[in-house]
Amino acid sequence: MSDTPKTLALSPGLKLTSTLFISFWCLIAAFPIFWIAVMSFKEPIDAFAANPFSVIFGPETRSNGKGFSILGLIVLVASLWGIYRIAVNTMPPYVRRFAPFGNIFLGWSVGSIALAVTSLIALLVILPPVVGAINSVLGPLGRPIIGLTFEHYQAVWVDNEFYRNFVNSLIVTTGVVTVSLTVGTLAGYGLARSGSNLAFWILIIALIFRALPHSVLVAGYLPVFINSAEILQPILGAAAPTLYGQPYAVIAVLVSINQPFTIWMLRSFFQNIPADLDEAARVDGCTHFQAFRWVIMPVMWPGVITTGLFSFLLAYNDFLVTSLLLDAQNQTMVPAIVGYFNRETTTTDQVEAVAAAVSITAPLFLLVMVFQRQIVSGLTAGAVKG
Amino acid sequence: MKFSTFAAFVGPSLFMMFLFIAAPLVSVLIQSFYITQPIFEQVEVESCTPGFVEQICETEIRSQPVLDEDGEMVMRTEYVGMQSYLNVLELERLGAAIAAFSWKQVMAIDFWKALRFTLTFTLITLPLIIGMGLLIALAVNSAARRIRGQIIFVSLLPFIITPVIGALSIRWLFIGDGIMTALLEWWLQRDIAMFAQGWTIEILMLFYRVWHVAPFAFVVFYAGLQTVNNDALESAIVDGASRFERLRYIVIPHLMPLIIFVSLIHLMDSYRVFEEIVGFSSQAHVISLQWLTYEFLTPDDSGNRSISRASASAMLTMVGIVILLVPLLKRTWRDHRGGGH
Repeated sequence: MSDTPKTLALSPGLKLTSTLFISFWCLIAAFPIFWIAVMSFKEPIDAFAANPFSVIFGPETRSNGKGFSILGLIVLVASLWGIYRIAVNTMPPYVRRFAPFGNIFLGWSVGSIALAVTSLIALLVILPPVVGAINSVLGPLGRPIIGLTFEHYQAVWVDNEFYRNFVNSLIVTTGVVTVSLTVGTLAGYGLARSGSNLAFWILIIALIFRALPHSVLVAGYLPVFINSAEILQPILGAAAPTLYGQPYAVIAVLVSINQPFTIWMLRSFFQNIPADLDEAARVDGCTHFQAFRWVIMPVMWPGVITTGLFSFLLAYNDFLVTSLLLDAQNQTMVPAIVGYFNRETTTTDQVEAVAAAVSITAPLFLLVMVFQRQIVSGLTAGAVKG
Repeated sequence: MKFSTFAAFVGPSLFMMFLFIAAPLVSVLIQSFYITQPIFEQVEVESCTPGFVEQICETEIRSQPVLDEDGEMVMRTEYVGMQSYLNVLELERLGAAIAAFSWKQVMAIDFWKALRFTLTFTLITLPLIIGMGLLIALAVNSAARRIRGQIIFVSLLPFIITPVIGALSIRWLFIGDGIMTALLEWWLQRDIAMFAQGWTIEILMLFYRVWHVAPFAFVVFYAGLQTVNNDALESAIVDGASRFERLRYIVIPHLMPLIIFVSLIHLMDSYRVFEEIVGFSSQAHVISLQWLTYEFLTPDDSGNRSISRASASAMLTMVGIVILLVPLLKRTWRDHRGGGH
């Protein structure tokens, strides 16, 4: 296959314009995210400086003695490179060999968590004192050349207990993804294999539901959730819970809000699996459920993973529902950060908010790195099928 | 597939959608006609202050909430008809403002202000996103194959980022004398405060939304470009069609279903504009319909949520969605009757 077909060949002038345009777009796309990442490591004066070079090199941060010497930078870059190599080259064979119960997915989870924890300990606990000791021996070479500080991250995660919000986010997203996929896969399969009018109407109603503003729905939940203990009393007796502030109530709400999208997407994936497959199984005497379990389930994972990614994004990124339905102690990360910049009385608070924002973005960054192909296929799946 | 099997497969999903989408809609509709508020009673209170010779006593009539035996306010729910809708729409003020030919006075009413912003926001971002998405897709399609993966990776970042945080990250570039404001000031040679007036914030919001959604349009169009009929393009070249003509008469018609798809998704999503208001903290200058409902639902200083007014504004927002969806539904219905789906 030739690199570019003749029909796409460009004149040199157009080629240059197009290259410039792409570079410009990439710059715009990445810059704000890159920039908040840089800001989060600086003292407030540097972070909000008008001169971009002050933000990058952080003179104020450096003069406070917080920063990396040449040696420190080399060690940092080398260890990040090492971690990347381990994750990409060394880990896969081990995962394959030692995966518990032969489950590759479980093996990867355990492997990544182990790697993440070891790297964090190495980077944050072991290396700093070692490098510091060598720096003090080196004299002028050991002085910091780039201002860099982790104190905002420490303030956010340790002092302000952001890890609680992280755990809450983890609970909500895990719940949403699991339930949403379980319920949605069944419905998507049913809808894909049924040509009835009823299936058509269900899909249309789902489309209308997808367009609803979430605040409309929350206006319906709030009074019921706050008073649910009284309302459910006659049925459940003294055990009736107050749903307001409960993560599992929010999980149920987010799953339902996400259902219309999920069933549309999974339906289009199931339509791509030839119906002959399950019909052959039915001829062999399987019921629909057996056909689904033994014939469809083994081949449905690409679609399910893609849909799961989008469910994850919805739950992880949600602000409106979680901020209205959860109370302070069960708050997830995104609404929690809004608390930060509402109270931003000092510039230090602002930089802490930046650090929290970067902490929220980092997992998404990794997600795109690992699942780029699935995300792209998910975006186009709905479109191509119409 | 038998009906009972179909029901078993679809049942759980339908049940959840019924319980958490359809039922709340009905309850919001009902709530919007009722108001729940504390019962007040008129009490005669005698308050005495120590004075010379004898106390000075005053009796006054005060209204105070009735408390039950637990010391909590007794609430009463009553039917108020369209009152909550009128409270949100403020038709009298609107009438006065229109009579005075004052756009400014119309914009002082929250609902109309929110409606104005929501509509302009939706209509301005739509062509920008389609255009940007198309341009990026065409440019990437003619770029070297080996760097396309990296370009797509970078492009996905703005799409995948948490909306509130995306808005914040752009706000932080401009806040105070941030680098972008400094750059603009240097370029235009004047003092700039991006967050002091409504229209500059709106420009930032538009920019944010295009930045956030253009990648989606790009990926969809890019996928569409892979299936353009190469023979048609080649014969067009033979016929002497210019690049622009080929784009206009072959590529765009081929992408048309995708352009419609992206437009619809974008219309639905941008009508719900909300996170921008939070990220840019623009509520003093610019608000959207969904934010209006959100604000009614947030507890005020005394801890009360104006559920009734929130329901009314939610129902009014719904009207817009219905208007938006009617043409789409009509089309789908026609397609469905006109042979399969």
